[in-house]
Amino acid sequence: MNEILQYTAQGLAAGSFYALAALGLAIIFGVLGVVNFAHGACYMLGAVVAALLLDGIGLGFWAALAVVPLLMFGFGVAIERLMVRWLVGLYPLYNFLLTFGLTLLLVDLVKRRYGVSGLPYARPEVLNGQIELGAVRLPVYQTFVFAFSVAVCLAVWLLLTKTRIGMIVRASTERAELTRALGIDVGRWVTPVFGFGIALAGLAGVLAAPFRAITADMGSNFVIILFAVVVIGGLGSILGAVVAGFLVGLVEAFGQAYAPAFAQIVIFVVMALVILVRPAGLLGKEEAR
Amino acid sequence: MTEAISEAPKIEIAGTRRPGAGRNRFRWVLLAIGLVAALALPWFVYPPVALDIAAWALFAIALDILLGYTGLLSFGHAAFWGGSAYVTGLVALHLGVPFPVAILAGAVFAMLIALPIGLLSVRRSGIYFAMVTLAFGQMLYFVANQWRDVTGGENGLQAIPTDFFGVDLVETESFYFYYAALPIVLAGMWLAWRIVHSPFGRVLVAIRDNPARARALGYNVQRYKVMAFVQSAGLAGVAGGLFSVSHGFASLGELYWTTSGKVVLIAVLGGIGTLWGGVIGAALVVLLEDQLATSGFEGVGIITGAVFIVVVLAFRRGIWGTARDAVRRRRSP
Repeated sequence: MNEILQYTAQGLAAGSFYALAALGLAIIFGVLGVVNFAHGACYMLGAVVAALLLDGIGLGFWAALAVVPLLMFGFGVAIERLMVRWLVGLYPLYNFLLTFGLTLLLVDLVKRRYGVSGLPYARPEVLNGQIELGAVRLPVYQTFVFAFSVAVCLAVWLLLTKTRIGMIVRASTERAELTRALGIDVGRWVTPVFGFGIALAGLAGVLAAPFRAITADMGSNFVIILFAVVVIGGLGSILGAVVAGFLVGLVEAFGQAYAPAFAQIVIFVVMALVILVRPAGLLGKEEAR
Repeated sequence: MTEAISEAPKIEIAGTRRPGAGRNRFRWVLLAIGLVAALALPWFVYPPVALDIAAWALFAIALDILLGYTGLLSFGHAAFWGGSAYVTGLVALHLGVPFPVAILAGAVFAMLIALPIGLLSVRRSGIYFAMVTLAFGQMLYFVANQWRDVTGGENGLQAIPTDFFGVDLVETESFYFYYAALPIVLAGMWLAWRIVHSPFGRVLVAIRDNPARARALGYNVQRYKVMAFVQSAGLAGVAGGLFSVSHGFASLGELYWTTSGKVVLIAVLGGIGTLWGGVIGAALVVLLEDQLATSGFEGVGIITGAVFIVVVLAFRRGIWGTARDAVRRRRSP
């Protein structure tokens, strides 16, 4: 029983990264119709920037949680203005390919500058140690990551449901044409939404910084799992992406515990099953075929 | 819903040939130039590099059957290239057969794994197809990574022999190996050309241009997509097997998604929907990477990534596609 709770905690912590990043991916896809291949690279950049800020100007973890997403927002805005914008309206695969090229560029730039070995990152003292909950001992950091990302997801949910911007984002996710027909300038929101999605990927990177090895390649597998996540959850569905993110985290953690050799493979088996049973994803709309 | 789909923007493909057009000497001249270039290549570049160009060219052409002629972007073709690289290597190592036989076994294996992957992946289309194939391709990478007893894990398969019916020169000199391997590459390319110019290929183009209409005409769209997927995988397998024999090893890198990405880059750079663009793209990318590697530049991805961004932003028809359109405009204004 303790074991199961233990793995659940680990899985939810791992799922937090997926959920946050998949949330960004789903929002970008919803409004722009773009699958951002560079999402894994942005996650990596978030972690690298956090490490550089700590090393360079002594900016700690707590400040990085606010500063890095802001920087990544700016980066996302620049990418959208300089590149993505020119391909919106064309076949969606072009932006997929564009962001793939961007991924190669970013990963090798970081690799060339900082090498392949990981950058160090010290975790804040408060987040070390374990919490004892009855018989279960949970690492403080994992508990924090989970609580924090749930809070962020909730905040984004409030933003989406309670504000005008959120309403526009949801409306254009579900019926872009109709939203335009109602006189709403969807185009105005494209740039900030893209930046926001990138910021979420960067935030996931900051959270990962004290927890995982910070290397240029840390996003390379991450982005593939992320794709499996949004295929499982249904790419058109923002809630689906978050739920599937945590689900995949759990699958990964239990896989690693009970069948370490197959931990990575199980995720793709789950994806295959979802495609077989519900091609549109768990919470996705049925796709026009 | 279906109407909206058929009006959706398409992949930009250089003008499709009109029936009856192009029956001229120009094509034969191009074919002759291509053959001479293929035969002369190992005199001008280091023979193993020449073989890399040939293998990647065939790989890109195989991908183009799907991307350019069926409208499906597979981002998981590393599974077939790399899967065949391993099986070819294993067969050559353990059975001691001549390398063309080993490559055939690799290609058959690629088609066998392509069948379930294809059947699942065609349930989604467009961008989803790319993501699903990418994920399945990566799954195979993890399988190979775990199955160390057979694949050698991170060490890969080493010392794959180049047995060619006991001909010693081919086995020891990469220069002669190139000429032993070239017929396999050319046969693969000819097969790809036959596939896209057959009645079957016309159905694929119909599916690419308007799936709803193809279905209305009574074609089983899913089945055609799976068949195209399996054939493309088979040719990718031939290329991958050849690559592993040429290098004497098969590594996990062959299965990693960056390999899938590289072949997409080659195909797009050459021009999708052109078939032969893959040859140009492969020559450019392989030579560029070779140059960068020999000059000691670290971070090849910085250059290839930047090239890719520029191509996608400004040059979507690729080299061959742009050239072909220019020639056509001049001839029939």
